[in-house]
Amino acid sequence: MADGHFDLSDEPSTDIERLGDLDSYEGALGGLNRRDFLKYCTGIAATLGLSPAFGIKIAEAATSAMRPPVVWLSGQACTGCVESLLRAQHPTLETLILDQISLEYLETLNIGAGHQAENWKANAIKQFYGKYVLVVDGAIPTKDGGIYCKVAGHTFKESVEEAAKGAAAVIALGSCASWGGIPSAGPNPTGAVPAKDIVKDKPVVTIPGCPSSPYNFLSTVLHFIAFGKLPALDDKGRPKFAYGRLIHENCERRPHFDAGRFAVEFGDNGHRQGWCLYKLGCKGPETYNNCSTLGFGDVGESSWPVAAGHPCFGCSEKGVGFTKGIHQLASVQTYAPPAAFPTVDGDKGAGASTGSVAVAAGLVGAAVGAGAVVASRLGKTDAAPKDGE
Amino acid sequence: MHQHEPVGGKLLTPTFLVALALAAVGAFFIAERFTGGLGAVANINDAYPWGIWVTIDVVVGTAFGCAGYAIALVVYILNKGEYHPLVRPALLASLFGYGLAGLAVLIDLGRYWHFYHMFMPWLANTNSVMLEVGLCVAAYTGVLFVEFLPAFLEKFGLRCARKTLNKALFIFIAAGVLLPTMHQSSLGSMLVILGQKVSPLWQTQFLPVLFLASALLMGFAFVIVESILASLAFNRPLETPILGKLTGLMSVLLAGFVALRVLDLVFRGAFGHAFAGDLRATMFWIELALHVLPLVLMLPAGSRRSPRTLFAAAGLLLAGGILYRINAYLVGYEPVSIGWHYFPSVKEILVTVGIFSFEVVLYHLFVKRLPVLPKPEHA
Amino acid sequence: MDISRRKFLTRAATLPAAAAAAAAAAAVPEEAQALQRDAKHLPAEAIGLLYDSTLCVGCKACVTACKEINHLSPITGGVQPGWNDGTWDAAEDLSAKTWNIIKVYQNGTGATKDAEVDGHAFVKRQCLHCADPSCVSCCPVSANTKDGLSGIVKHNADRCIGCRYCVFACPFGIPKYDYNDAFGEIHKCQLCAPRLAEGQLPGCADVCPTGATLFGRTADLKKEAERRLALKPGDAFVAPRGDLARTLGGDRPGHETAAKTYRPHVYGATEVGGTQCLMLSAVDFGKLGMPTGLPDHSHASESEGIQHTLYKGMAAPAALLAGLVYLAKRNAGGDEDGDKHG
Repeated sequence: MADGHFDLSDEPSTDIERLGDLDSYEGALGGLNRRDFLKYCTGIAATLGLSPAFGIKIAEAATSAMRPPVVWLSGQACTGCVESLLRAQHPTLETLILDQISLEYLETLNIGAGHQAENWKANAIKQFYGKYVLVVDGAIPTKDGGIYCKVAGHTFKESVEEAAKGAAAVIALGSCASWGGIPSAGPNPTGAVPAKDIVKDKPVVTIPGCPSSPYNFLSTVLHFIAFGKLPALDDKGRPKFAYGRLIHENCERRPHFDAGRFAVEFGDNGHRQGWCLYKLGCKGPETYNNCSTLGFGDVGESSWPVAAGHPCFGCSEKGVGFTKGIHQLASVQTYAPPAAFPTVDGDKGAGASTGSVAVAAGLVGAAVGAGAVVASRLGKTDAAPKDGE
Repeated sequence: MHQHEPVGGKLLTPTFLVALALAAVGAFFIAERFTGGLGAVANINDAYPWGIWVTIDVVVGTAFGCAGYAIALVVYILNKGEYHPLVRPALLASLFGYGLAGLAVLIDLGRYWHFYHMFMPWLANTNSVMLEVGLCVAAYTGVLFVEFLPAFLEKFGLRCARKTLNKALFIFIAAGVLLPTMHQSSLGSMLVILGQKVSPLWQTQFLPVLFLASALLMGFAFVIVESILASLAFNRPLETPILGKLTGLMSVLLAGFVALRVLDLVFRGAFGHAFAGDLRATMFWIELALHVLPLVLMLPAGSRRSPRTLFAAAGLLLAGGILYRINAYLVGYEPVSIGWHYFPSVKEILVTVGIFSFEVVLYHLFVKRLPVLPKPEHA
Repeated sequence: MDISRRKFLTRAATLPAAAAAAAAAAAVPEEAQALQRDAKHLPAEAIGLLYDSTLCVGCKACVTACKEINHLSPITGGVQPGWNDGTWDAAEDLSAKTWNIIKVYQNGTGATKDAEVDGHAFVKRQCLHCADPSCVSCCPVSANTKDGLSGIVKHNADRCIGCRYCVFACPFGIPKYDYNDAFGEIHKCQLCAPRLAEGQLPGCADVCPTGATLFGRTADLKKEAERRLALKPGDAFVAPRGDLARTLGGDRPGHETAAKTYRPHVYGATEVGGTQCLMLSAVDFGKLGMPTGLPDHSHASESEGIQHTLYKGMAAPAALLAGLVYLAKRNAGGDEDGDKHG
């Protein structure tokens, strides 16, 4: 095309041709052979809490020609969420953006720049109207007309509003886009708000975290690709598969919490022993995320803060991260009655059994009966003297 | 002047054998209690530390045993010699009541091998109502034994010892009146410290007075019931006239008891609880009825000549006294921890039945072989 | 002669009744206290715990620590339906093997902490170490004693006869007997007296992560409790942890938290004449299963008052006995057979 863009409408046929032979074409599978690719997709299915059979479905969807177009807008963000996504290894970024989704616009990764990039975005929005996925990372400033974040002469607020109109789905990535994150922390000088405050006419999936776990995002996207719909969400728009439980619930240090073994200061005996970090201000008991089961990124499960010896600071939880003091105590939300606590008024002790009531009643009955018999015999003696008199 | 004589006759009657069998069953479960702990047999639990073993075997059992106390009070202190024929059988009932209550205490004590600590002056806590009850009951059991000793001495023809004992007997008689006065009232005082753990229907500072009056009433009632039952069982003439005379004293005492009971509730403002419609209110009304009915039965002068009315009144009064004690100690008891239940287990009940059956066994043995019952005057 | 004697006897026989009638004249509560002996006060160095239900997060670290320190075996097979299938230590109530327990009050959805409706709140049950303990007053063999200095109420099993009167009498339902042991003992919290002797905190206060269980001198704890009650809901305050005086268990940092809507009462300040362990809550104490409506005098003072009024240091029984001996001698003693009136 005149501006250097190639025509997107040609692409699908090429994809179908390319994907005809899964085994021979390595690029489509991100450098993986077929076996490893299926293993990866099964892993994704497991992350989503689905049966392994869904791995096949995800694999099919991930390699299908219909790659969903994605428009990605970055606002008041540190790019940490994108950076962590860049470091995800399964799939690698190029697999994601070249083979699984069709990334139309993302400032960090755009090949073109300036008008070229902006035109491409405008085209994509027009061409895939109602079909593309809008990803927002970063908070949206609203104060003073939203002038504190502008791209290509438009305030970020306008860009989001425009892109959201034709979006099939909106994903807010990171705590900033999910609930405001750092930019919204007091005194919130730019009036930063999360994406859902701007996009009100359609559901906004939120993947909070600072940065958010790349696999929570990837799993959500692949769920969308595989099933054509979003995963089950909680009342804050978070996928339940990732944010359904408190970090505290599956924390590797949880037994220490239950046993009352707490690190009291950094480097003390308890800290060196790997005891619970609650007293150091760990926010795991009030933060919903899957760090304690998944770890963070690809370093492994020992890579998340608590494993490294630092208390969770609740980065993904509104009202906790960037709001509470780091060493302030969490208010524990594990309360799940009546599974864990004896109630004040629970039923206890041995009440009357059929046998014991029968025996007791029998005894009382026998006493009354004997009394009656004696009384009746006495009745006769009562009468006797009178007769005699 | 009257004499006592053994009833004689065959010992192994059906009643005796049934009682013996029940006592054996009780003994079996008592053995289980000593090997497996209290929880293995009884349903008492963390909220109900005292079950029927305390309430019925001890608190009710010793009240039965007040027969001797009541009669001794009348005969020796109020100097009503005409009741003298009732003394020995009443003392026997008392001896059994207290002796077996003592046995029940040993079974119920969680650390029975320490029971002698009660008698160690350096461990004594003079603030403890329990200590007073324990010491008094132990002392009174001893006194009862001495008081009953003449029957043994007569049986074995030890007239000399009998004479010596007689010279000092009045001291024991006096102690035998003082001790029950102390501990029967204290059985009521025991509940005072429970405060709000006893329902306002029973918790009052008058508990000692009420329990003492109730003990005397039960003692008299037991004398009447025992006398009539013994007459029927051993085909002896009824002692109706002498029993009838007792009812005059009993009526006054009973009227006083009922009046104090009701007035106390009214003045404390606790009478409303009687209309709560719950188990406690129901039990309260049954208890009150069992005290008012005998009063109504005993009041007409004619009733005193009818053994049937006498028996009915005494029986009802006995039941009322039993219920008053069960109510105060168990039904009116409200544990601090909410949600706990207690009802005696079958084994627990059988132990209590066993102990009372053992009492029947001993009674048969004693009255048939020892000079306990008065020699029938026209025999 | 006869008549006057009868009168005398009638009076003698009704002596206890007369004594109680004096009490009866005092059916009015204030006057009824005439029967009480004087109140006992806390020792000056009385120590205890302040439990703030609003700070408690229900971690049960105190329950675990208590069991570990006192070598108490776990409770598994529970009878409270619907929870604890016997897989882990989960006591339902205080028992011989559980001297300290965290229970929960819950209503409706149970979602909001420290709310009475659709909320939940925790409560810690353990011995409150009364100023004038019923268990000490009622024990016949002095097995329960109150320390003259620290005020800790201790139990000595080597004296105990197992009558369980203390279990029956305790207004807070604390002492427990081990019913499943043929040689059972009475057990209760003794405020980790052996640990205190070694300069360590009581286990529950030591491990409490939020300072919900705070150790200190009772007088200081009372001030701390009153300081919290004076806060407006939402006010930030620093909750101390471990030892209020910061001596035992090291100088521990407190943590900042927000005050809840406290019930305007320090539980234990007045109950049964005062207790050394105190409690704060945002939920009605009765709802937490704590006995409410307790008098501000001890039950022991009432019971001992009645008993000692009736007995007057055994002088009354002695006088009664003298009278009885005289009468018995008159009426029975002179007779050879003891059968004078037969």
